[in-house]
Amino acid sequence: MRITTFTSLALIATIAIAGCTRADRFGEGADGAGGAGGMAGANAGVVPGSANDPTSAAYFNQTIGDRVLFAVDQSTLSPSAQDTLRQQAQWLTSNPSYQAVIEGHADEQGTREYNLALGARRANAVMEYLVAQGVAESRLRFVSYGKERPIEVCSTESCYMQNRRAVTVIAGGALS
Amino acid sequence: MGGLASLSVLSLPPARYGRPSASLPRKGTPMKLILSCLMALTLVIFGAPSQAQDGPLRIEITEGVIEPLPFAAPTFVAEGAQAQQYAQEITQVVRNDLTGTGLFRLISQDAFISQITSFESPVQFADWRAINAQALITGAVSTDGAGRVVVKFRVYDVFAGTELGQGMQFAGTADGLRRMGHKVADQVYSRITGEGGYFDSRVVFVSESGPKDNRAKRLAIMDYDGANLQYLTDSSSIVLAPRFSPNGDRVLYTSYQSGEPRVHVLDVGSVQSRILPSQSGTMSFSPRFAPNGQRLLYSATNGANTDIYSMEIATGQAAQITTAPSIETAPSFSPDGSQIVFESDRSGTQQLYIMPAGGGEARRISFGEGRYGTPVWSPRGDLIAFTKQNAGRFHIGVMRTDGSEERLLTASFLDESPTWAPNGRVLMFSRETQGETGSSALYSVDISGRNLKRVTTPSGGSDPNWGPLQ
Repeated sequence: MRITTFTSLALIATIAIAGCTRADRFGEGADGAGGAGGMAGANAGVVPGSANDPTSAAYFNQTIGDRVLFAVDQSTLSPSAQDTLRQQAQWLTSNPSYQAVIEGHADEQGTREYNLALGARRANAVMEYLVAQGVAESRLRFVSYGKERPIEVCSTESCYMQNRRAVTVIAGGALS
Repeated sequence: MGGLASLSVLSLPPARYGRPSASLPRKGTPMKLILSCLMALTLVIFGAPSQAQDGPLRIEITEGVIEPLPFAAPTFVAEGAQAQQYAQEITQVVRNDLTGTGLFRLISQDAFISQITSFESPVQFADWRAINAQALITGAVSTDGAGRVVVKFRVYDVFAGTELGQGMQFAGTADGLRRMGHKVADQVYSRITGEGGYFDSRVVFVSESGPKDNRAKRLAIMDYDGANLQYLTDSSSIVLAPRFSPNGDRVLYTSYQSGEPRVHVLDVGSVQSRILPSQSGTMSFSPRFAPNGQRLLYSATNGANTDIYSMEIATGQAAQITTAPSIETAPSFSPDGSQIVFESDRSGTQQLYIMPAGGGEARRISFGEGRYGTPVWSPRGDLIAFTKQNAGRFHIGVMRTDGSEERLLTASFLDESPTWAPNGRVLMFSRETQGETGSSALYSVDISGRNLKRVTTPSGGSDPNWGPLQ
């Protein structure tokens, strides 16, 4: 009996949502986020924007590592996570045209809302660490996806440990 | 009445049952039902041989039912050729509602000795007793020239030889047939169990499709039994945990449409959705309406800290309710609005707490092993439903508001998000299955732990929220 109502509802919802853009869904890093504009040509033989161009997002994602992992229900940064984050901070400091969004994630073992809050704790821990290392806070923000965006789909610890992550997603750059 | 004792009354000799000569007042006065503008459904209580209300035909739900009550529901009499199809559809809805509770068992029409060919003919109780029908539902459906459909029905306590309650009639348009059937079934359920019904109600939930690492989510609304599903959003943004307003006119939910989780409110009547104000740089989620429909509780995250806030919807004015440095989320009001139950990990793990709705001291109520989350106050006020995580399993459970009498109703790899049926006797929740091909589906279960079953949805579903009786 509500067909009329909901047809129009769906229409309006569609209109409302059309045009919205989604942040990088999987935290795989920002391919083509603009790193190519960095220092192209500074090093002969380096393909600008590739993983061996130290000013590229690809370098950040692959060589430094864009993510750190956490223990179950924890947001403490392990020594190796701190090491990754120190390098992230150095890179961000020497590539000041980039911004970063830190995405916090949880594995599926947990209730949805708690995991959202837990993902925020993890992302916040990363953000605070980067700021303490000298990255301007205004260049950083964070968002939690809770357990909504796993990258591994098995239901064992080998997957869960990859999903309990905070990913530093680089954006911007190329402000020539 | 004691549960099992009252059940056993059903098999006592007929002599104990009937008090047909008693002159009793009619139960209640004719109700005026307020329904959507799309269907004017009217209710008439019509003259009937008034009979005992306090007869023995009664199911006590809290104790659980071991043996479902056998009932006969002959296809309602079609008064006119056009009503034939309608009569069949309505009768089928009534049958499905009742048998779906697990409390009733439908007797096959093949077993019938009597046929009901006219709504007004006297019932041959002996014929229904002979096939052990404890309850008999008769009905008739007619149409008028203006496109209105009218359904009349009576419920009989067969062994007492009396009518249970009074005959009633509902009228509506042909697109409201299912609702008419649900209303009849709610009446039957209510008269036999003494509880409020829940069939004429809707559920809002997150419809899910696709694999775990690429899951599409959209809000959907449907009848409690899965019929009449309509989508409310597309899947371009993550949407989470929709919650109905107390009268079902609005839905609060969390959406990533702006890039971050934010609470939105969708008006079901005018079909408008808007984002609720929030402090910049914070995430807001886990909304739930206050019983008066004017305020909501929600969680907001500031840095590492998540606390519970209250907001007046009209003005957007917010007040902080909890102040601990830990995670406080999943708030739910008591039915009278005076208290809230929520989860917090202030003790080191997720546990349930109750505190005054305006703020104040929180009292922990969960003390069992494991972690407790997603508490929801029962509409009757007596119980808290929750999700429990212990030893690698998830459970849906209920406890009293002081934390006593914890009962786990389900166990699986991942159960969560319980929501109460309007009568506080059934819970719906979501269950995610394990592994690469895991998917999420809606289930319901009685508060006795019986009648666990899957709710039919076209694709996966999660985060159900059960709306009010319409």
